Amino acid sequence: MNPASPILPIITSTVVAATPLIYAALGETVVEKAGVLNLGIEGMMLVGAVAGFAAALATGSATVGFAAAAAAGVAMSLIFAFLTLSMQANQVATGLALTLFGIGLSAFVGHSLAGTPIQGLQGVEIPLLSQLPLLGKLLFHYDIMVYLSLVLLLAVYWFLSKSHTGLKMRAVGESPTVAHAIGHPVILIRYLAVMFGGATAGVAGAYLSIVQTPMWVEGMTAGKGWIALALVVFGTWKPLRVVCGAYLFGGVTVLQLYAQGFGLGVPSELLSMLPYAATVVVLVIICRDPKTILLNQPVSLGRSFHPDA
Amino acid sequence: MLKLERRPAPSPVMRIASPLFAAVAMLLTGIVIFTVLGKNPEQAFYVFFIKPLQTMYGVGELLLKATPLLLCALGLALGFRSNVWNIGAEGQLTMGAIAGGGVALWLGDSSAAWGLPLMLVAGALGGMAWAAVPAYLRNRFNTSEILVTLMLVYIAQLLLSYLVHGPWRDPQGFNFPQSKTFSDAHLIPILIEGTRTNWGFILGLLLALASWLFSSKTYAGYRMQVAGLAPAAAAYAGFSNKRNVWIALLISGASAGVAGLCEVAGPIGQLQAQISPGYGFAAIIVAWIGRLHPVGIVLGSLLMSLLYLGGESAQMQMALPSAITGLFQGLLLFYLLAADLFISFRLKNVSVARQSAAVAIIKEAA
Amino acid sequence: MDLLPASSDLPPRLVLTGISKRYPSVVANDGVSLSVRPGEIHALLGENGAGKSTLMKIVYGVTKPDEGTILWEGRYQTIASPAQARRMGIGMVFQHFSLFETLTVAENIALALDVQMAKPLLAARIVEVSEKYGLPIDPQRLIHSMSVGERQRVEIVRCLLQQPKLLIMDEPTSVLTPQAVQTLFATLRQLAAEGCSILYISHKLDEIRALCDSATVLRGGRVSGSAIPRNETNDSLARMMIGGELAECRLEPQAAGETRLSLDKLSLATIDPFGTTLKAISLAVKSGEILGVAGVSGNGQKELLAALSGESLSSHGPMIELMGQPAGQLNPAQRRQLGLTFVPEERLGRGAVPAMSLAQNALLTGARHGMVSKGVMRQAAIRQFATDVISRFGVKCGDEQSAASSLSGGNLQKFIVGRETMLNPKMMIVAQPTWGVDVGAAQLIRQALIDLRKQGVALLVISEELDELFTISDRICVLADGRLSPAVRLADTSIEQIGNWMSGNFDALPSADADAVADSSGGDPGHHPTSIKQESHLAQA
Repeated sequence: MNPASPILPIITSTVVAATPLIYAALGETVVEKAGVLNLGIEGMMLVGAVAGFAAALATGSATVGFAAAAAAGVAMSLIFAFLTLSMQANQVATGLALTLFGIGLSAFVGHSLAGTPIQGLQGVEIPLLSQLPLLGKLLFHYDIMVYLSLVLLLAVYWFLSKSHTGLKMRAVGESPTVAHAIGHPVILIRYLAVMFGGATAGVAGAYLSIVQTPMWVEGMTAGKGWIALALVVFGTWKPLRVVCGAYLFGGVTVLQLYAQGFGLGVPSELLSMLPYAATVVVLVIICRDPKTILLNQPVSLGRSFHPDA
Repeated sequence: MLKLERRPAPSPVMRIASPLFAAVAMLLTGIVIFTVLGKNPEQAFYVFFIKPLQTMYGVGELLLKATPLLLCALGLALGFRSNVWNIGAEGQLTMGAIAGGGVALWLGDSSAAWGLPLMLVAGALGGMAWAAVPAYLRNRFNTSEILVTLMLVYIAQLLLSYLVHGPWRDPQGFNFPQSKTFSDAHLIPILIEGTRTNWGFILGLLLALASWLFSSKTYAGYRMQVAGLAPAAAAYAGFSNKRNVWIALLISGASAGVAGLCEVAGPIGQLQAQISPGYGFAAIIVAWIGRLHPVGIVLGSLLMSLLYLGGESAQMQMALPSAITGLFQGLLLFYLLAADLFISFRLKNVSVARQSAAVAIIKEAA
Repeated sequence: MDLLPASSDLPPRLVLTGISKRYPSVVANDGVSLSVRPGEIHALLGENGAGKSTLMKIVYGVTKPDEGTILWEGRYQTIASPAQARRMGIGMVFQHFSLFETLTVAENIALALDVQMAKPLLAARIVEVSEKYGLPIDPQRLIHSMSVGERQRVEIVRCLLQQPKLLIMDEPTSVLTPQAVQTLFATLRQLAAEGCSILYISHKLDEIRALCDSATVLRGGRVSGSAIPRNETNDSLARMMIGGELAECRLEPQAAGETRLSLDKLSLATIDPFGTTLKAISLAVKSGEILGVAGVSGNGQKELLAALSGESLSSHGPMIELMGQPAGQLNPAQRRQLGLTFVPEERLGRGAVPAMSLAQNALLTGARHGMVSKGVMRQAAIRQFATDVISRFGVKCGDEQSAASSLSGGNLQKFIVGRETMLNPKMMIVAQPTWGVDVGAAQLIRQALIDLRKQGVALLVISEELDELFTISDRICVLADGRLSPAVRLADTSIEQIGNWMSGNFDALPSADADAVADSSGGDPGHHPTSIKQESHLAQA
């Protein structure tokens, strides 16, 4: 392959661009399958990004960074869970509140960290595979979080379709009242789902600040949290489709960046609009046929549940 | 033992009390935050909440910053009441600024009397057009307006950035991404001498009055209320949901567009890349804390405006990052959502005496 | 299992003493006591709102009593949760099923069992138990593809798999055809013979007299009597249940006038993947008559009502005609302008907005009657209308400013029926007129419908209660699996024939002429309606 060809870098950049979307969207898929709509992903990602960055900066270890990011995401999601599950607050309003709070908190905490670089996470070196001429660079040279994201895909897929706890969660997502009548701990199951979503969102944010651009910038998610939400709809709540959607979006993002560099004559801002416009188009395509939503969307999505006295 | 029990009917007292509780809780948390940061809480409280209001100029700033919040929130509240979630007021605000500012740039130095009114109309239409997109997509394709309006925020901001970096950039502007300043004839007149408060605030108050009349007196307002409270009842009654969606989005888009116009034809005086510190999003909080009612929204916009001023004041006087405003805003909304629980539920003391009586009966029979 | 000795020799399995339960707006149970022996089928009898469901929720561990004791197999127990109840050996078949529509039979049962079983083992057990008790089901079927009767089998098999000592059946026959009721009774007798106790909750006197060994009667939350049903008559049981005799509505014969509503081969596909498609439905309702539409819910009632009210529009106008005009493209407000009114089956959330006052709810359908002028609401006219409805129909409430959610089911239904009545309709459609309504209100509502008929209004009544339809209809037809049977005069048919038709065994007439009486022969034998349960009714106070 011609070393100057941009195809290889485009593909590898796509994978890197898609990875945070994969973490965030897979997490939200689980959350929504349990019937909860958490619009606070953007806020959780930002808090995860700043927490992960700060921890990695302080300790020099990316692992500690990601762990801190996950913990921060869980903490944020607990606020949401407490308000919506225990205090019966409206899920849409609370999710928005979480995002606004996360934007403010991350900017506040990250104020002193802006502009300080850290050493990002390096790609893995697998003994034989990484040295393969083409496939090596294409498949076996990513950082560990990329591979873990695929492991996460398998885990979520197995959990939702094969495991008994996953079955319980899907049941809760369809009808919390019936699940409660049967005797399942609806609120606990939803708490756990929301916390999982928080952890993955935190990790997704930290991937941006530790791996992708190893730096903290205020508001660096630039809407990726919202795109993750759209990806869940695009994938009709099926993990594999969600991940495919993430790669598609990663591709669109990367392509428009490259196109900006090509001097096509199209202003860079207009090209930057592509991912957001694509999100709108994708939503229209999926939602057009009301049957799609009726068949796939968890029935109780977004509705509060209160066990009667 | 305390237990949560649903009230037979929502408590009107709590509806008014819960924003007050939320505000107080936010203030108390603020004191804690200041202490944790090593600042003297009393001084921080003073700098944040009292100092900005001590001069006439300061009060003017309060009203000035409240104006876009008020305009946006009134429109948003109409939508929230009927279950139409316009999250993208920030984008509609931007498009209103672009449209109205574009007219100002086109008019240049001419001083025709209809210049400013034309800008106002353009601002409203710009915001309205931007909100028409999610309305159309929801009615025709069932897409959620939450995500569509949000994506349009990013697109609108990128459009503004493109315009002020490119075609509309002031050639005499030293390459800064900003347009030519608007001529004086195309700036909104100042309301209070010696401040920056302009007639936009009066516009906001008029809109509040119109909003109140609409919701409480008109049949259209009633229909939208039913749509928000019980969509199945609205369908049963034959109220067109599509029409409600159009009304809600077009009105909130128009008011956000006017808000954007008031900013660029007011304190900013030109088009530039950053025209709003998130007013469109803060307006969502204003709408909620104002209980979706015009009077509450007026008060809420003043409170939120104070938070903005306080953040700036704290930044200058106490070297705190201005992002502390966003922190307070988020906290306020959290506390409000928590306090709202008590509108529909109440705490009941399950009688310990009754429990022990039951135990006594069992023991006796055994 | 060997048959146990005669049940009267055995000590009671369950004894409730002095059970009381209070909610903010009502005392659901007040000092209730009853006892059930092994192998006994014990009826819990009472009208809607008498407290039966609350009592069973207490026995099944869903709620806890405020006072009273529970004695289970000789020991005092607090039943803290349904899981504990199941461990003790108590099984409950809910009135509104606890099933997940998007999951399979096996998955649903797996969720309900506390012990995790390997999938093939579970499937085999399901087949084995279901066939043993005469209720065969296929473990791999998705619930949403099953008829309501089949879903009830899943509920029952689910309980049976846990080898219950006490089985609670909550109004089990409201979703069954008369033939399916007999199958259920056979299953219950088999279980009782094996020593299982059965608590059978119902308000249907004939069934209780046919099936049950003993009965406890609840009225207004208290025990108003106990009886041995076989020794009682319907009247004596009714007296215990409602404190008086069952009043009879009588229809005076009257000639029908012009056709107010006609459907001509209306077919409507549903966008809801779990819904029912309407197939070539033809009917006609004339002024001064009541047409009753029988059928178990889930056979297209929801879709038919939406097509009639205008909430779903049909693509070709002439299929629906109101007062002689094509109405298929008209929305509900436009149909009201032609003189149509509609009492939906969901009171809170559809017929009335819960959070709004009765006055505001009056405006919901009454805009044209002087309550709105030039787009502005006329508050005085609205309040007056609401007050008139309240007084004429005996609605018990604070005043017209009371929130709709604060009224009891019966009173809210009276208000809605009253509101629609006072809009001077030419045609009225009523769905489940007395569901969840106390006996006094039910009486008033039925009489109101009959009075409307006398005034020349055309009425279409959709109801699951065959008894009710046989009381108030001039003609009756059956909706099964989206198809409508011919409409027959009451005198020309019987409950058995209607029950047969409810299984789909009829030939729909090719024309819209609904006066002809059809043969009940033909059609697929044993054809089951593939239909879906409707959304749960909202709880009543």
